[in-house]
Amino acid sequence: MDQKVLHRQFDNGLVLLGEPMPWLRSAAFTFLIPAGTCFEPNGLDGLAGLTSEMTQRGCADLDSRAFGERLDELGVERSSSVTTNHSSFSCAMPSSVLKDVLPLYADLVQRPHLPPAQIGDARQLCLQDLRALDDEPSHRCFSELKRFRYPLPFGRISQGTREGLEQCEQLAVQEFFQENYRPQGSILAVAGKFDWDELCEIVEKSLGDWQGEGGPQLPALQSCYGSRHVDYSSSQTHLALAYDCVSYESPDYYQTRALVGVLSDGMSSRLFSEVREKRGLVYSVFATCFSMAGQGSVLCYAGTTTTRAEETLSVLLETIHSLGDGISEDELARLKNRIKSSLVFEQESSAARSSQIASDWFYLGRVPNREEVLEKVDQLSCDSLLQHFSQNIPKNYSLVTVGSQALELPDGFDYSQV
Amino acid sequence: MDLITHKSSDGPEIVVLNDPSAFTSSFGCFVKTGARDEQPEIAGVSHFLEHMVFKGTLRRSAEDVNRELDHLGAHSNAFTSEDATVFYASVLPECQEHAVDLLTDLMQPTLEEEKFETEKQVVLEEIAMYDDQPPYGAFERATELFFGDHPLSTRVLGTTESVADLSVAQMRAYHSQRYTQDNVYVVACGKIEVPQLIEQVSKVAEGWGKTAGGLDVPAPEFGSGKETLERELAHQSYMVRLWPGLNCNDPDRYALRMLCSILADDSGSRLFWELIDTGRAETAILWPQMFADCGCITGYLCCAPGDAESNEEIVNRVIDEIVAKGVTEKEMELARNKIEAGLILSDERPSNRLFALGQSWLARKNYEPIDAVLSRYRNVTAADIQRLAEQTINVDSVTVRVAGEELA
Repeated sequence: MDQKVLHRQFDNGLVLLGEPMPWLRSAAFTFLIPAGTCFEPNGLDGLAGLTSEMTQRGCADLDSRAFGERLDELGVERSSSVTTNHSSFSCAMPSSVLKDVLPLYADLVQRPHLPPAQIGDARQLCLQDLRALDDEPSHRCFSELKRFRYPLPFGRISQGTREGLEQCEQLAVQEFFQENYRPQGSILAVAGKFDWDELCEIVEKSLGDWQGEGGPQLPALQSCYGSRHVDYSSSQTHLALAYDCVSYESPDYYQTRALVGVLSDGMSSRLFSEVREKRGLVYSVFATCFSMAGQGSVLCYAGTTTTRAEETLSVLLETIHSLGDGISEDELARLKNRIKSSLVFEQESSAARSSQIASDWFYLGRVPNREEVLEKVDQLSCDSLLQHFSQNIPKNYSLVTVGSQALELPDGFDYSQV
Repeated sequence: MDLITHKSSDGPEIVVLNDPSAFTSSFGCFVKTGARDEQPEIAGVSHFLEHMVFKGTLRRSAEDVNRELDHLGAHSNAFTSEDATVFYASVLPECQEHAVDLLTDLMQPTLEEEKFETEKQVVLEEIAMYDDQPPYGAFERATELFFGDHPLSTRVLGTTESVADLSVAQMRAYHSQRYTQDNVYVVACGKIEVPQLIEQVSKVAEGWGKTAGGLDVPAPEFGSGKETLERELAHQSYMVRLWPGLNCNDPDRYALRMLCSILADDSGSRLFWELIDTGRAETAILWPQMFADCGCITGYLCCAPGDAESNEEIVNRVIDEIVAKGVTEKEMELARNKIEAGLILSDERPSNRLFALGQSWLARKNYEPIDAVLSRYRNVTAADIQRLAEQTINVDSVTVRVAGEELA
């Protein structure tokens, strides 16, 4: 399975990426538009999501229903989402219809109707998502952590706020669309079975004339630290914890990623062993890397019944700091095997690859190929990981608890800024 | 792709869909046992046992099991349903021997008491976690009302009480009756060395016992009626409905899936345009659940508490319309295209194919390749769908609502 990632930047700034996977029957694309929540005007939290919803209610010569039916007719599995940086549209389909689906999404980002008569319905839909989040305390603790750790404009959550959504009028949607749905900063990443020349032609024809100015500059991110509690009548206390690490853009990212892997990748990982297997404190516990505005954080989650929450937090912190006692050869070997086999599993999914190459391009401005990743993984050693840990001791903790009892970071962890 | 099956006199049946061009290999042990095979006093034992399977065998400690799975770079997990417990691992082809040795060894866990007590806490945390998600409880209660005395009314997780009271001796007895050479199926998809697999499984499974026989199952008598569960913390209103459906071998099952797709899947269905596109509800879906002897259609509606009543009326109106007037050719075409694309996309990965093959084998000892399945959908007529609508969603249902805070 030869891997190549093809790239073309159009005159209007749009970046097209392609990873041919000719052994598949499918094709998939991820279309990132620089219209994330960090570009929402203050007070209009939820506008990015509302605008994304409105763009899907008809475009060019198709009304809302005809657009949906056309995609169903073609057999397209689709989703849309909003992150801090982007509004994103993702589709997977039998490869033969890619040429029919791309022009539909080209219309969506350039010529949506944004029908004024439907803004009430679209807003209701967004409010449904927000209310659903209130019934999911394990997700809600991450939303609260984002709001707490990252000041504006970075801390907004994709669902917005009730007050913000109620303030979003038709004009605000039109303006947000005009300012942020633009080729400069947009990434269209295609993976699966397709012909690159034919793809370039389709994209040139349907998106080559897309116009729009560059976007606004964002302020520098300064994270907030400490603890916050959200009172909630629930069986479990849900803990979300964050601390600093190097970001995705850093040449040392694989060291940080590997340390998080030792903590959380697989059933023999330290968090799973110490918190769940040995002590039975939780059903779910994990850690993951997250990067925003050039800053990296490790995010951890544990959900446990309230009486055992304090012990769970204490074991969680101890386990994180146990990385400083060293990483065994065996742990590292398991980790390397997991990463290597994951790279092969990715080759079975056009959707997974289209999403990965779009993300790589956003963070790095290029797509590392499999050989490069394998080389970086092979270079990891127990010594290099320990050295990385001692140079990047976890610090600047933020803790959010959702449940019936507040937890504080123990002495030595709170406000441990440097 | 070749379908190969093998059954020796004293080993589990082996079912393989071999694709020499695949990059990966997926293996599963499908145990034909689940909540419906439990007596009331051991409710939740199948699911708890699924956890305990990873807690050590005669040849491996619990730590060895976890370390080896990670060393294999395996994508692995397990799940329990009403009628099956499934353990699976996807690995690179060169890891076949180790993966098969590990998976088959897991089928005979030692079930040590100390591990049992620790893991009981994890299962109780799992129940507490779901208990914080308000629809939880509504599906379970609806199932109890619908199936009545039939064992399909058993909750897959059990209850906090039934799990807390469960003893290791009860679990050992259940295991010895259910994890047997004639009740476990070894299923493999992707790039597989078939002769090696057959030889290896036969050797490992030599000492496995035989099944004594399952529960006596009464014929199902479906219940109907309404109940409301008050939940202090629910912000949304949730409604679960169950109607009579079809068993997993009914030839009308393709038509039933199309009916559910046209009526209430998550894009472009009648309820999507009525309730989701208009922002009236967050979710409004129907799907069929099929078991060996019977089945049901499950409906799920989630919306703001103040809209629950009017939304329920809309659901009833849409159902009445489809029963009275049937579906259009255009709706049939769209539903077929959606189902077809979904099957093609899902069939791409050996790990997905593993579930389709395993579940099909457990249900009917048969597997139809994707093109044959697609032609079954093409043969469904609008008259079939209307007839099914009359037989299923036109019958009295069980309804369980979880009242959100504005209602309570």
